[in-house]
Amino acid sequence: MRARRAFALKRLPGFTAVALTCFVLLYAPIVMLVAYSFNAGKNIAVWEGFSLQWYVSAWHNEQVQDATIRSLVLAALAAVFSTVLATMAALGTTRTRPFRGLTAVYAMINQPLMVPEIVTAVALLIFFALIKTATGIEGMVYLVAAHTAFCIPFAYLPIRARLEGMDLTLETAAADLYATPWMAFRRVTLPLMLPGILAGAMLAFVISLDDVVITEFVKSAGQETLPTYMLGQLRRVITPEINAISTVLLGISVLIVSLFFIISRKRA
Amino acid sequence: MAKNTPTTGLVEEMQKREVRRSWLLSAPALAVLFAAASGPLLIVLVYSFLAGGRYGGVEWQLSGKAWFSVILQRDIFDDTVKLADAHLSILWRSVKLSFLTTVTTLAVGFPTAYFIATRSARNRNVWLFMITIPFWTNLLIRTFAILEVIRNEGIVNTALRLAGVTEQPIQILYTDAAIMIGMTYVYLPLMVLPLYAAMERMDFRLVEAAYDLYATRLQVLWRVIIPLVKPGIVAGSILVFIPSLGAFVTPRVLGGGKNMMLGNLIELQFGAGRNWPLGAALSITLLAVVMVALLFYVRTVQRGSARAR
Repeated sequence: MRARRAFALKRLPGFTAVALTCFVLLYAPIVMLVAYSFNAGKNIAVWEGFSLQWYVSAWHNEQVQDATIRSLVLAALAAVFSTVLATMAALGTTRTRPFRGLTAVYAMINQPLMVPEIVTAVALLIFFALIKTATGIEGMVYLVAAHTAFCIPFAYLPIRARLEGMDLTLETAAADLYATPWMAFRRVTLPLMLPGILAGAMLAFVISLDDVVITEFVKSAGQETLPTYMLGQLRRVITPEINAISTVLLGISVLIVSLFFIISRKRA
Repeated sequence: MAKNTPTTGLVEEMQKREVRRSWLLSAPALAVLFAAASGPLLIVLVYSFLAGGRYGGVEWQLSGKAWFSVILQRDIFDDTVKLADAHLSILWRSVKLSFLTTVTTLAVGFPTAYFIATRSARNRNVWLFMITIPFWTNLLIRTFAILEVIRNEGIVNTALRLAGVTEQPIQILYTDAAIMIGMTYVYLPLMVLPLYAAMERMDFRLVEAAYDLYATRLQVLWRVIIPLVKPGIVAGSILVFIPSLGAFVTPRVLGGGKNMMLGNLIELQFGAGRNWPLGAALSITLLAVVMVALLFYVRTVQRGSARAR
């Protein structure tokens, strides 16, 4: 008798088909969006030949230039501030005996992940309006503060993960060799946790760069970022210029997230 | 006894220092989070009990009017109290669409997560990465991608027209269905990831045992796999339901002005509606519902990880 094929233990009928369809449907709209950013025509459903004209027109659009610079500056500032704060908090909350209030600290740090964005946005709108009338201070401060706050949990998570996987013996050895606590930190702890810090900063940058809701409520007139500019444009006639901007933003996000994965997969 | 005291005192002192160091290091982050995330929530609560100003903002006097008008309204002619139909229909749409989104993402996400979990260890990471990438890219851009697909001059309608199936485009954009499609697309990774986490550590010997006992594939799915990954199902469902309920961008872009969800109703109160206290009361309502769901989530996850040990 012919040997029977091994019984496929893990197979469930139809599951693979659904999964592969799911992946196709997940990527098809994005691929379409990118493809039509190179369309020569104005229509975003009919292909009229390859062209870079929409990238050129986006590049020369002053509103887009302005929003791009603001987005990048804001994301950079928020990433730096939130990463510094998150690094300190991670050093304070890992590798220590559980103490009273530790759970509350965790809850506080992760709070932006739990509260719906629209609620935080409304809260900040009210709060910042009060401060503005009381002090008269205007400017980017509010956006930077808001972005820094909601970026903290994203920066914190990879740093904490890195610290928890780290070996304590090296620091003990440094201390045994008469290194001061500060030297041990600078020469041993900090270099070891650097990949975590880098990963956290990248995540914070991407999260800040992509934010729509909170920015939309916090920004003053004329403080458009790229996402809020796009949200405004979507209510008007849509040209492939939006596709071109989207493609560039997507490219930046995918690049940074890929780097993030490469960095955080390296083990301590 | 007396000999021991100095050392115990020293240990205690060191522990105290360690705790103080922890608090000092965490303090700046906590301060920023309090100033620009948690603290303002308290102001929202206060505002929900104030009277609205004529041009937006508030009057500093106590009023229950905002909370009253969350679901009720007073008739302008005969002053009778009745349910606020406009608000209720938006609340109902929010709950309905969030529920449907959760069910759809579960139906699609379950086989997808299972597919990923049953790949070889090396391929698994690649598939997982493919699910994660859209999750980290801009939500607005993904919503816009869906808009281009379903609009009247979009790919779907153009293809149907060219194939001769339809003459007039099917209106999908600016309907509830559009919002649901969009949210399903945008929140799918939130369903797949916890499902995958539960399936990855599933013990396939139990599946093998079930087949040895003459179970059919369907029985194995219903009686073995689904009960085993139930914590993942609950976790994924809540992770999709919560952002769906508070969704703002997706219903605004795909639902248009008429098909509002709770998030858009809240925004309206701070924009054209000029009723800040009502907006505040609606925000607190949304926050309360989300907190209840989160508590449920934390309990499920804890029970799940307790069982896995």
